[in-house]
Amino acid sequence: MTPRIVSLLFDGFAYGMLLFVLSVGLSVTLGMMNFVNLAHGSFAMIGGYTTVTLMRAWDWPFFATLPVAFVMAAAVAVVLERVLYRRLYRATDLDQALLTIGIVFMSIASAAYIFGTTQQPIEMPAYIRGRVQIGDFSFGVYRIFLVCAALLITAVLVVGLDYTRFGARVRAAVDNQRMARGLGINVDWVFAVTFAIGSGLAGLGGALAIEVVGLDPNFALKYLVFMLIVVAVGGMASIRGAFITAAMLGIIDMFSKYYVPEVGAFVLYAVMVGLLVWRPAGLFARR
Amino acid sequence: MSETATPSAPQTAPARAGAPADPQAFLREGVRWRWFETVFWPLTLLPFFVAETYLILASQIAITALFAISLDLIVGYSGLVSLGHAVFFGFGAYTAGILSKYGWGEPLSGLLAATLAATLLGYLTSFIIARITHFALIMVTLGLCLLMFELANKAHWLTGGDDGLQGMSMWPIFGIFEFDLYGCTAYAYSLIALFLSFLVIRRVINSPFGLSLRGMRENVRRMPAIGASIRKRIRVIYTISAGFAGLAGGLLAQTTQFVALDALSFQRSAETLVMLILGGAGQLYGGIVGAILFLVARDQLAGMNPQFWYFWLGLLLVLVIIFLPNGILGSLAKLTARRRRKP
Amino acid sequence: MSDPSAMPAGAGPGPAGSGAAAPEAGQIVLATCGLQKRFGSLVVARDISISVPQGGRYALIGPNGAGKTTLINLMTGMLRPDSGSILLNGEDITHVAPAERVKRGLVRTFQINTLFPTLTALEAVTLAVCERRRIAGEFWRGLSSRTEAVDEAHEILVRLRLGDCCYQPTRELPYGRQRLLEIALALATRPKMLLLDEPAAGVPLEESGDIFEAVAELSDAITVLFIEHDMQVVFRFASRIIVMVGGAIFAQGTPKEIAADPRVREVYLGKRHHG
Repeated sequence: MTPRIVSLLFDGFAYGMLLFVLSVGLSVTLGMMNFVNLAHGSFAMIGGYTTVTLMRAWDWPFFATLPVAFVMAAAVAVVLERVLYRRLYRATDLDQALLTIGIVFMSIASAAYIFGTTQQPIEMPAYIRGRVQIGDFSFGVYRIFLVCAALLITAVLVVGLDYTRFGARVRAAVDNQRMARGLGINVDWVFAVTFAIGSGLAGLGGALAIEVVGLDPNFALKYLVFMLIVVAVGGMASIRGAFITAAMLGIIDMFSKYYVPEVGAFVLYAVMVGLLVWRPAGLFARR
Repeated sequence: MSETATPSAPQTAPARAGAPADPQAFLREGVRWRWFETVFWPLTLLPFFVAETYLILASQIAITALFAISLDLIVGYSGLVSLGHAVFFGFGAYTAGILSKYGWGEPLSGLLAATLAATLLGYLTSFIIARITHFALIMVTLGLCLLMFELANKAHWLTGGDDGLQGMSMWPIFGIFEFDLYGCTAYAYSLIALFLSFLVIRRVINSPFGLSLRGMRENVRRMPAIGASIRKRIRVIYTISAGFAGLAGGLLAQTTQFVALDALSFQRSAETLVMLILGGAGQLYGGIVGAILFLVARDQLAGMNPQFWYFWLGLLLVLVIIFLPNGILGSLAKLTARRRRKP
Repeated sequence: MSDPSAMPAGAGPGPAGSGAAAPEAGQIVLATCGLQKRFGSLVVARDISISVPQGGRYALIGPNGAGKTTLINLMTGMLRPDSGSILLNGEDITHVAPAERVKRGLVRTFQINTLFPTLTALEAVTLAVCERRRIAGEFWRGLSSRTEAVDEAHEILVRLRLGDCCYQPTRELPYGRQRLLEIALALATRPKMLLLDEPAAGVPLEESGDIFEAVAELSDAITVLFIEHDMQVVFRFASRIIVMVGGAIFAQGTPKEIAADPRVREVYLGKRHHG
């Protein structure tokens, strides 16, 4: 394989891993509570801007900001969930979508007001910049880090879901909420924690994304679409589905941007519509 | 799909005093023109006499109101979801625009072409839409809109892409009424189109078909159990709704003699949804009321920082969904119903 | 129990169904053959074979979780069986869509009220009538111009003693009236085979009389299979009883045979009757 193709594959895969970290939380919470949370992109944005603020205003090193980005996004998510979201668990899809769209609008406006509408550049530490040469092929160090981070997160999630008691509760709540409640599982608490973790991951993804795609107030809407595609096509509450779909999405996007830039995202949307018509529950749906 | 049972009243609910013994009379009563309707429509003529500087805004309101009503057929009356309805609006707009740009500037036939084009698009996509529900439906309606947006964006040579479709020139209506700068002809044109469309839509809603749509909205599970084929109904209403959306889009193109890419955007779909929810979905006049409030507010606050606008819009949306889920007209209807029941 | 004049024979265009001739007494209206359904390792329907003849009043009883509602779901097409077949008047409807089965005359009511909350009772029944007459697709005419449909709906409501409250939205009706409306909706489709899922479920004793009278007044042209827990009701109305336990048919017979069957008593008839 030529260096060009390998490079595209790798970059696409790394981009896909970023999308995975951003989307996996949405996949699990949508599958568990059936709540259409279009504000998921806003949580990513919160993480991104947290990192920017810490690095610019207080000179924090990049890696130290990552846990804070996670926590900030998770905290905001928990507050929103307790105050607003839980009133609409029984509402129609449309009402949920509109409520969360309202939150997205507010978050975009606030971000633009506080940080301005331009992209926020940050300085990565020197050792994470640059490229690594392996034979004929060269890979970006940051992207290698992204891939490793995403794989680590995936491992933690899978292990957590399959081998911990909390994970078992999560899986029970996803499979059959009424039954889980009947078994004495506190589904509301399980959901709140899962929602916090999922949104925290989005925040982490937002912080990681700055170096790859940049950060501006439109991030919440622009990448929301990709997150939704990952969840819809991958299948709700499916980590495996989200992983594979995100990877494919990243690779397809990278290749089409390079070889057929005139077409743009059209192909992506057309494929998504086609796949959803063929398999409305997603490619890797659980039910 | 909800598993909750139909709500019921406590045991001793008395029959309404003075209930009509004649079922036909009761149904006719439900569809007759109300007093506020006979007041409202003449009032729409006001801008011609009182507020001439606002004719252009009035025209925009009429067009947007028509688009909102078309969306109401889907969202308010049928209980479906569409996050990308602007695809039909924009398709109609570009059809009318392209026709005019390439030499055929006759307004009425251009409008007809826009409507037919959007109807056809609606018909074709309805086969996809009718087969899916829930999250997949949200994504597909959104996807179709984004898809069309990208297509229009990239097809510079046809649509003008980012810069919009320019070079339109409209001939006078019937050869007499020119599209003037003040918007007088434009408003008359849009208002008549709105009113006629309104009459047609009103008829559809009060037909047996309209009843079956409401049945679908109220309890989609019961419909097959009484022998209704919901997929067919969804296809029909989607096609009709798309047609009216395309009509509104064509009006926009013809009255402004320009088509921006925004006509096909998610932003437009979302804003129209907001208007509809604000006014009250399923309330016949909800789209009109919402359009008036929204566009007048935006016009008055035009000097405002666009970021402020989006913030307050988002906040308004959140508040309406939580406190006023039936919109303004819906809440009013509930209030009057409750007052009528007290002796 | 049956009164031919209770169901006017001539009202409106022909009976529901795609032209099949009205079945004579003795002919099997509904038959299932070896229906099987499992969810993973849970078997909810085990080789169910029953046949219901024209005019029959069959009761389906059994403990909770025996699979009675599941069987109705299989018959109406809301659930697809893993194997087995369903015949309606001799025609195989195993792969026919639920709405089409209703058009052919197989109709059910729901155990939990599945009605249209904001529609008035009149509108709801009119809708069902319009669907049957295949005019519900007409979007160019006013509803009130379809006078025959409206009249027919009103007449059904009056017959079920809902005439005085039919102009109220469904959600404002008391629970017992709503159960009657469930039946009214089913009757509006002119069923040949009516599946009643616990028609009096949740209705207080004073009001359940109305419901059972309505069931009693159903004409012989309609064959009825009803799920019921109240044994007094069962023995009063049923000509034959089917007992289901654990997804399978446990016993079948006339009320006398079932009452005398010691196995049934052991499994189920130990209790007097449920409320």
